[in-house]
Amino acid sequence: MLARLASKRLLEIRQVFRQPPQASRSFSTALNYHIDSPDNNPDLPWEFSEGNKHKVKEILSHYPSNYKQSAVIPLLDLAQQQHGGWLPVSAMNAVAKVIEVAPIRVYEVATFYSMFNRTKVGKYHLLVCGTTPCMIRGSREIEDALLKHLGVKRNEVTKDGLFSVGEMECMGSCVNAPMITVADYSNGSEGYSYNYYEDVTPERVVEIVEMLRRGEKLPPGTQNPKRIMSGPEGGNTTLLSEPKPPPCRDLDAC
Amino acid sequence: MGLGLLASRAIRPFNSSSSSRLLLRTIVSKPELQSPESSAAAADACPEPDLPPRTPLAGARVHFPNPEDAIEVFVDGYPVKIPKGMTVLQACEVAGVDIPRFCYHSRLSIAGNCRMCLVEVEKSPKPVASCAMPALPGMKIKTDTPVAKKAREGVMEFLLMNHPLDCPICDQGGECDLQDQSMAFGSDRGRFTEMKRSVVDKNLGPLVKTVMTRCIQCTRCVRFASEVAGVQDLGMLGRGSGEEIGTYVEKLMTSELSGNVIDICPVGALTSKPFAFKARNWELKGTESIDVTDAVGSNIRIDSRGPEVMRILPRLNESLCTNQEFNKASDRLIKLGLRPNNIFLPETYPTALFYLELRLPALAFLEPSGPSILFISFFTCLSLFIPVIATSVDINEEWISDKTRFCYDGLKRQRLNDPMIRGADGRFKAVSWRDALAIVAEVAHQVKPEEIVGIAGKLSDAESMMALKDFLNKMGSNNIWCEGTGTQPNADLRSGYIMNTSINGLEKADVFLLVGTQPRVEAAMVNARIRKTVRANNAKVGYVGPETDFNYDCQHLGTGPNTLLEIAEGRHPFVSAISNAKNPVIIVGAGLFEREDKDAIFSVVETIAKKGNVVRPDWNGLNVLLLNAAQAAALDLGLVPESSNSIESAKFVYLMGADDLNLDKLPKDAFVVYQGHHGDHGVYRANVILPASAFSEKEGTYENTEGCSQQTLPAVPTVGDARDDWKIIRALSEVAGVRLPYDTVGGIRSRMRTVAPNLLHVDEREPATLGHSLKPEVTQKVNPAPFKSAVENFYMTDSITRASKIMAQCSATLRKK
Repeated sequence: MLARLASKRLLEIRQVFRQPPQASRSFSTALNYHIDSPDNNPDLPWEFSEGNKHKVKEILSHYPSNYKQSAVIPLLDLAQQQHGGWLPVSAMNAVAKVIEVAPIRVYEVATFYSMFNRTKVGKYHLLVCGTTPCMIRGSREIEDALLKHLGVKRNEVTKDGLFSVGEMECMGSCVNAPMITVADYSNGSEGYSYNYYEDVTPERVVEIVEMLRRGEKLPPGTQNPKRIMSGPEGGNTTLLSEPKPPPCRDLDAC
Repeated sequence: MGLGLLASRAIRPFNSSSSSRLLLRTIVSKPELQSPESSAAAADACPEPDLPPRTPLAGARVHFPNPEDAIEVFVDGYPVKIPKGMTVLQACEVAGVDIPRFCYHSRLSIAGNCRMCLVEVEKSPKPVASCAMPALPGMKIKTDTPVAKKAREGVMEFLLMNHPLDCPICDQGGECDLQDQSMAFGSDRGRFTEMKRSVVDKNLGPLVKTVMTRCIQCTRCVRFASEVAGVQDLGMLGRGSGEEIGTYVEKLMTSELSGNVIDICPVGALTSKPFAFKARNWELKGTESIDVTDAVGSNIRIDSRGPEVMRILPRLNESLCTNQEFNKASDRLIKLGLRPNNIFLPETYPTALFYLELRLPALAFLEPSGPSILFISFFTCLSLFIPVIATSVDINEEWISDKTRFCYDGLKRQRLNDPMIRGADGRFKAVSWRDALAIVAEVAHQVKPEEIVGIAGKLSDAESMMALKDFLNKMGSNNIWCEGTGTQPNADLRSGYIMNTSINGLEKADVFLLVGTQPRVEAAMVNARIRKTVRANNAKVGYVGPETDFNYDCQHLGTGPNTLLEIAEGRHPFVSAISNAKNPVIIVGAGLFEREDKDAIFSVVETIAKKGNVVRPDWNGLNVLLLNAAQAAALDLGLVPESSNSIESAKFVYLMGADDLNLDKLPKDAFVVYQGHHGDHGVYRANVILPASAFSEKEGTYENTEGCSQQTLPAVPTVGDARDDWKIIRALSEVAGVRLPYDTVGGIRSRMRTVAPNLLHVDEREPATLGHSLKPEVTQKVNPAPFKSAVENFYMTDSITRASKIMAQCSATLRKK
């Protein structure tokens, strides 16, 4: 009896501390199903631009002609760059037509990968790394700073259509954590860039946003002036001399 | 004569036991291996003396394409011989071990994503997913070790993690794989304290209800839709815990086979919308029967509760081993002291078949009495041995079309339940059977014999058509036919109206030429078979007929007979495809029966067949795809009208469920009797209505398009005062003073035996033995008018489906406009 009461109480305490329910933890910018809207419905015409048609041909040439469907990911990426960072359903249909598969096979791929955005994103899509090393180094604060500065929620586009903020899984720059990525869709697929800004601080990301807004170029990589690439702050403390050659049998002596 | 009876006793009980074949299930790694040449190999594998022998699961049998490819594996220490290429799961089935599974389905591709079938394999560091693991020689498989059990328990816990606890309100309850397997591998409590995920339900149309939160992502429905149904609509969207089955853009499942996803769904995610919350499966009585909505004769199970048909499900129907049957049948005869081979020399077969085959109209006139009886009976007893050379029966695998599955609500609506007479005011008045029959008999005697016309409907069983023909013949008329066969059907050569290749045999084909037929709407199960062949063999399909949509790659050659003439004369590029093919198949639609120039068209098709070597001793690729369940039996029974324009001069018309007939030319003063189960088109013109029972309420014989006779069984009682069709005609014959000499089903069947003995060989396909070469020369000219489509609306083709509300919904929402 006492044990049951205790366990009940324990459960109540746990309920209090429980996080607010999250439907499903998904990094995708959209739902797993499509809802027609004026700017995103299957009736809208969508085609690869003239310049990109050559790229499509080039991409398809990488794969055997009977395995055109292998090109789905590069083509979706190209379509996303062309369409300002996101994939309307008609773009996915266009890709399906190019690779000669049923549209659902393309939707399956596009919904699987979180880097394919199926809702509108800003011209500069800022992705904050949320994986453990970056999180320990303060990625939550960085995201908060960005959201607060831009006055949006996650995956929401600012009123001027310039910025949106999303979260992303590890991008392999853990040594320079925390980091953000800026996907620049402002110039279509020709001027597309996807740059990492590492060692950011809440203040620095706001500066980055403002520089992007002014259209200034800023060097990607570490934002800590004291570091060179992923080297330690203030210069190397080890490995100072020229590295020794690998130990090798003296062949001449033989 | 006595010998024949004895032999019939020896074979009949065996033939009619359909339950034995339900237990037989073949496992083959390739479809082309489904040949009847096999013996239970599991029995060959001799078990070690200390182990009790196990029987293969669900009658699973193995077939060795060549004996060198046999390998031996050990399942729980029990050695089994299996052919190379089988999976571990199949090996376990042969060894008689049931492996739990969700995603694996023997007729779909292997996905291997549910992980429920984990087994332990010796020298393997981890449990392996048996459904996707090929069995290797000498493999030691352990299915009931603590490792395997723990692995499955872990998988089950993960599956149940996000599965709602709504079994009490779930329609799958009682026939749910997850429910059943959680009894074996599930824990009595969960360790999952987070929120369960929920998924938005999808709208797949009026047939399939979705509760997507229950989905366990086995992807069976996705694979079924893309592989069997040929609609690339369903997919797996998202990933991780957000993964869900869906169509992404809102889309209805517009397949004629969509109902099958209800059966293959292992949980309650996809259930039947019309059946939702109607009954629990354990309350239902299952009756194994035959579908009559098309000419395929799909094997179904009618689930009923009391007087109501609750749902219709497919029943597993697999290729049989005829050699085995032959052995069993001859064993029985030997036990009786007979040696079939000594009595009936093989040389006598063709002779016997010749007479049976021609089935001259004169034969139908012969009464089972008088001097002719000996003649007929002699060939009848010979014909008893025909089934041993009959090919295997495999009609609908385990799928059925949506029309078959969901037409059942039509059985409850628009039913005729009392005999009725149209009064002077044009309104029907319910009367007693005695009065109704008396009036019909009186009018029938008032008209001249040649003014009497009888028309059997699409859904008529062979017994009632036999009785109607006998009755009309006794009244002196021979103006009887079955609707859909045209006014001048060609019933002399059986090969001219059945599917000679057999539905199962279509899988061996590599080129199809479809002439004036749209199998997708005419016979969805045949279409599924063609699609399967196209996928497996890369078979080429050419189509001549009106614009229509196929769910496989199809070359539209032309719209009319002119294209056929081009092919016949070798002027068309498709000729090379036919002549280069190993097993070419030509399928002619029965819609052409209604054309005036059908004989000319058939002779053109025969020319194509001759030039393309379509009919060979080892392969008969010239087929007719019939439209209605009654057609094949009607032609077998010789329902051929004497004159082609009898309806213009008719004074007494007997419609036995015939609704799709054009009665405009019928004289105004003609007396029309409508005998049927639904108040459909035929009733509008009727003077007297005689209520009959529907296919779900009677025992009747139907022959399908490939020439396989099958029987329906009564699942529910008849409605109101309705009677079986043949009984009504038998009663009428007595009132009319021309009493028919049978008053039991057995009696009428022995009468049928004298006319078309193959109709009594239930569940056996009797191939036609005489080719088209015997046909007389055709003098007709081909009319260049293009072919028309035979079925306008797949969902509404007969009186039952036209009365069905579900079918009306389907034709409103699912049909391509």
